[in-house]
Amino acid sequence: MATLTQVATRTVTYREAVALGLAQEMGRDPTVVLIGEDVAAAGGVFKATAGLLERFGPERVRDTPISEQAILGAAMGAAMTGLRPVAELMFADFLSVAHDIVANQVAKARYMTNGQLSVPLVVRFGNGAGLRFGAQHSQSVESWLMAVPGLKVVVPSTPADVVGLLAAAVRDDDPVMFLEEKALYPMNGEVPSGEHVDQLGVARVRRHGKDATIVSLGTMVHRSLEAAAQLATEGVECEVVDLRSLVPLDVTTVAASVTKTGRMFTVEENPRLCGWGAELASIIGEECFYDLDAPVRRITSPHVPVPAAGSLEDAMLPSAERVADVVRRALG
Amino acid sequence: MYRAQVRVRYFEKKAYDLFLQNLVKGTSHLAIGQEAIAAGVAAALRPDDYVFATYRGHAHAILRGAPMAAVLAELLGRQSGLMAGKGGSMHLTYAAGNFLGSYAIVGAHLTIANGAAWSARYRGTDQVAVAFFGDGATNIGAFHEALNLAATWKLPVLFICENNLYMEYTPIATVTAVARPAADRASAYGLAPIVVDGNDADAVYEVALAAVARARSGEGPSLVEAVTYRHGGHSRADPGKYRPDEEVAEWLAKDPLPRYRERLLASGANPAVLDRIEAEAHDEVEQASLAAQGAPLADPAELERQVFADGGATWRR
Ligand SMILES: Cc1ncc(C[n+]2csc(CCOP(=O)(O)OP(=O)(O)O)c2C)c(N)n1
Ligand SMILES: [Mg+2]
Repeated sequence: MATLTQVATRTVTYREAVALGLAQEMGRDPTVVLIGEDVAAAGGVFKATAGLLERFGPERVRDTPISEQAILGAAMGAAMTGLRPVAELMFADFLSVAHDIVANQVAKARYMTNGQLSVPLVVRFGNGAGLRFGAQHSQSVESWLMAVPGLKVVVPSTPADVVGLLAAAVRDDDPVMFLEEKALYPMNGEVPSGEHVDQLGVARVRRHGKDATIVSLGTMVHRSLEAAAQLATEGVECEVVDLRSLVPLDVTTVAASVTKTGRMFTVEENPRLCGWGAELASIIGEECFYDLDAPVRRITSPHVPVPAAGSLEDAMLPSAERVADVVRRALG
Repeated sequence: MYRAQVRVRYFEKKAYDLFLQNLVKGTSHLAIGQEAIAAGVAAALRPDDYVFATYRGHAHAILRGAPMAAVLAELLGRQSGLMAGKGGSMHLTYAAGNFLGSYAIVGAHLTIANGAAWSARYRGTDQVAVAFFGDGATNIGAFHEALNLAATWKLPVLFICENNLYMEYTPIATVTAVARPAADRASAYGLAPIVVDGNDADAVYEVALAAVARARSGEGPSLVEAVTYRHGGHSRADPGKYRPDEEVAEWLAKDPLPRYRERLLASGANPAVLDRIEAEAHDEVEQASLAAQGAPLADPAELERQVFADGGATWRR
């Protein structure tokens, strides 16, 4: 019987999904090229680009010096002149040394030139905490990026989304900041076996429920789902929304859920101040005020640098228990 | 090349006049005194080559074909401006002439020019990219990152340092470890130290021609230091009082325009032809100025256009 079964998916890790998505797009479009530190011969420090050099050759998969501005500048110049480069910035924290290129150059080129220039590039980052790497290798930078007009910001939470959203990012004509969650690299998941292209700016409801809406992103989606499973055993049905991208922001899906449940919680890995949840809370506060039965509650990391010790990092990150606890008490 | 220099000079003078009439707001940085570099390099390029400039970029925009009326309109914040008023003096861009922008963060565009050069080679064309920048830019990290990458990847790119001896107000010599801010750094990237008289368009042209040939034939980048002087202040707000009078006088005597005119006459050029070039440039600038001043102000509807590729600014759904 097994021979008659159509294999529609295969299981890969989040890390493998990156290379899968890149290979899918590079195989389709010869203008897609990949650059970054250690991405070619070594297959990336996160091993997310393994095998691409062998498959696509050194003209399309290039190692660079440790020159984050030069990497992103080269990607920008190439994007302006007909290529669709993907640049890896390794740890997302390194954005800070190339933030000029991202925030002043890439993000503003189209606007300042009134559409004369187009910058269809993707920057890939290893984002987030959980690996005991300490304060300069663990930050969640999505809120930094979200604050700059002109950028799209994507954070996949599953291997399938890595492939589908990466493909969509490569095909998008705007600069897309693609934040891969370092803590999720080992995660396994099903990926459609044919070509897989998703859509930017569409959130996914990962679990349906009528009592509360938990909005989350990236690694925190999984903690939110765990919390929701726990709460379900107690008779509280939570809806878990995975935003998947911050720009575009799928307010429609969130608002529809909040209209149904009357309660909204955000689960954010970022430090408290100016996290994406603050923006979302203000939008929902303005637009769904009469649907809310209680104030929006934000569950974030405290406003501290990321500590290295496991016990401290664990205490910092929103855990499933903490999420469940906040929701439970709010619904009390 | 005489025409190019005259056009730029007259344009910049008009821009200054309009500033004095309080019609040009914000800031702008003129190239009066530095025209020979723009003219000499422009003459060595093909229309399909890529050019990147700094906020001191009016000259390069015009010499890549940007219509003067649209450039002036941009300075005046008009709807008919080169970027409909969204860029202003410091961000002139004329993609139709492969003038891929003016950049106001010192040094950044050197890295971007690399990308255009890399893309040209990847696509199998023999286009080259040129980045103009000031002496001050040689002390920022992006300059060094860009030079190293261009040299290791052997990119077809020309880095042209317009060394006017000053950053904003500080003499470059007082803040730089070497005497020649660009040329003395070349060897660190395996490049030849090239210094040229930036007030001599012919000399600049020769150097640029050689660098372009090197780039087109796959031999890699060149770093050129063209020494020059701006006649006015750094930006429109600056009277330039920090510069010694003798120094200014010495450089005014080396003004590239009369010098070039004399050279042409000495080599037998008809003065009437040169006069006509000047008259034509004068008319071009006057007409551009009238057109720009008569144009409507930038339309507030532009505000939320062209942030994203769909033409708008929508960040949510
Ligand atoms: C990164 C950065 N730092 C500082 C400035 C402010 N600034 C604008 S122009 C300028 C001087 C640049 O001097 P130089 O590179 O010699 O160019 P010039 O203006 O003389 O043509 C400075 C410091 C800036 N625009 N960008
Ligand atoms: Mg200078």
